[in-house]
Amino acid sequence: MDHFGIWLAAFLTLGIYSFLYRDNAWYKLSESIFIGISAGYWVVILFWDNFYAKFWLQRQDDPMLWVGAALGFLMLLRLIPKIGWIARWPLAFIDGATAGLWGMNFLASNIMVQTKATIMPLMGPAFSGSIGDLLSNLVLVGGTFCGLIYFFFSKEHKGAFGNAARVGIWTIMITFGAMFGYTVMSRMSLLIGRIDFLFRDWLGLLK
Amino acid sequence: MSLSQRKSFSVFPAIQFIIIIALTFVLSVNSFAQEATDDTTSVTSVIIAPPTNLLVEDFEYDDGEKLNLIWTPSIDDQPQVGKVTGYQVFRVTNDDVTTKIAELMPGANNFTDQELDKDSTYSYYVTAIANGAEASSVTTSPISPQREWVNFGLTNLFVIALIIGGAIFYFIEMGKRGKKLFVRKIAGLEAVDDAIGRATEMGRPILYIPGIHDMDDVQTLASLTILGRVAEQIADYDIKIRMPVARSLVMTAARETIKASYQAAGRPDAYSDDMVSYITDEQFGYVAAVDGIMVREKPATVFLLGAFFAESLILAETGNHVGAIQIAGTARPAQLPFFIAACDFTLIGEELFAASAYLSNEPKALGALKGQDVGKIIAAAAIIAGVLLETVIQLTDSESAATLLGYLRQAFTT
Repeated sequence: MDHFGIWLAAFLTLGIYSFLYRDNAWYKLSESIFIGISAGYWVVILFWDNFYAKFWLQRQDDPMLWVGAALGFLMLLRLIPKIGWIARWPLAFIDGATAGLWGMNFLASNIMVQTKATIMPLMGPAFSGSIGDLLSNLVLVGGTFCGLIYFFFSKEHKGAFGNAARVGIWTIMITFGAMFGYTVMSRMSLLIGRIDFLFRDWLGLLK
Repeated sequence: MSLSQRKSFSVFPAIQFIIIIALTFVLSVNSFAQEATDDTTSVTSVIIAPPTNLLVEDFEYDDGEKLNLIWTPSIDDQPQVGKVTGYQVFRVTNDDVTTKIAELMPGANNFTDQELDKDSTYSYYVTAIANGAEASSVTTSPISPQREWVNFGLTNLFVIALIIGGAIFYFIEMGKRGKKLFVRKIAGLEAVDDAIGRATEMGRPILYIPGIHDMDDVQTLASLTILGRVAEQIADYDIKIRMPVARSLVMTAARETIKASYQAAGRPDAYSDDMVSYITDEQFGYVAAVDGIMVREKPATVFLLGAFFAESLILAETGNHVGAIQIAGTARPAQLPFFIAACDFTLIGEELFAASAYLSNEPKALGALKGQDVGKIIAAAAIIAGVLLETVIQLTDSESAATLLGYLRQAFTT
């Protein structure tokens, strides 16, 4: 049975990789199996992890869960065309709650924490003093400040303001360049994992 | 027997004797040392002092589910020479059930007990552990965790939110009164009209991908708001839109959004639920399906707006491969480099959230956008002031600058 599983996994892995050549029947078959099984899997997971574990088992302890359950029930009214419009209420609730929660989170993390973290000395006797440290602090403070200017929408990027915005976008792009390389390396590990499966578990070429 | 023979005969037993004596001495010393070590172990395992001054207090500003414990470590818990090897924290509930809730390293003097019930009472004691010995603190009086309805620790956050909120209302009011609100051009959003026009000319569909997160991600909300504007134009031009999604709630919300846009454009008859289809919650299952849609339907325009993860480059590369004009946007820094590399236009972070207001050009939306700029002015001003004060303190040791900097840091502490 194990061998059958490994052969099936290898067949589907190669089927998905065949997309690199072109769209083909093998890819379509692998794609359909993947989508069908994963959709079914997620239905089961969501039922047991959410409805059963988070609501049904705890429904006696926390009365607020019934509010969530009621909103969930209202969502299902979409299935009845005549009163389907009621499903907009829970959607509106989710939209509003998400916007409110994220608004405060963004304010706390993107404005307050980052601003505080950017406050640092540029020179002085107690400053550790090396040219490298000074440059590091200058880049951090200047890059953050100019980055803020780039995202300022109320003024045209012209003159000194425009130059600062250009420094900001350059800083952002250099950061993205570094992140690109870093992330590509981590993605390579995904590919290596799959190749390892094919060569070790399936073909047995690696011991 | 010769003399030499007699000599060697008499010397050999003497050497044997010396070796035996030496071995006996070594073994006896070793054995004594072993006994001494055992004695030492037995002495240290018996006597250790318990932790003292155990105090339990309510965790400030929570939902009534945490208690803070703090104590003075055992006097035998000293760096390097200490006998204490760790601490165990015990909880006693109001029905006298005792549970070990934590094992801590030597030197530990606090612990936060979590997931408690605010309607129950709890007592605690802490035990210092040594090799085979333990000593417990006194058990504390029963206490219940308290729920606080208002978190006064976030007053500064509230004040800043109030200032930004006030600025948003001010600019909205200005916009309503007819004052022209200027917002600079954003290249990625200027291209939206061209991208939709291109699909119209080519007679090919538009593919709209809202990311893989659910409706509880603000990037998905921003994406659906942009979708509303885009769908109005699509309805006007009578182009086909295809929107595969990875979350059922997003499917419902997207259908409502597109339906409303088609109604606003005076084309409710052209709307169909089939425009939005649920694929699967599984990240790469969704990617496999979207890639298939791209190569089979060859969309003229692809919008990738929302929360993206490892799938971003796969989707953007496939879109690029089929020759679609691509407008992407996300607030996830790790994915933006891929979009910049593979897409024609990319909305970076804040630009994604500004897009809806920008596209609508309505005073209310633009007022909100300008109000947010006030937040950026506050942050920039605080950075300049903070860096100057920090540098002045380093150069002059000024106490007044230190006091001001303290206030500034406090204002931005959450």
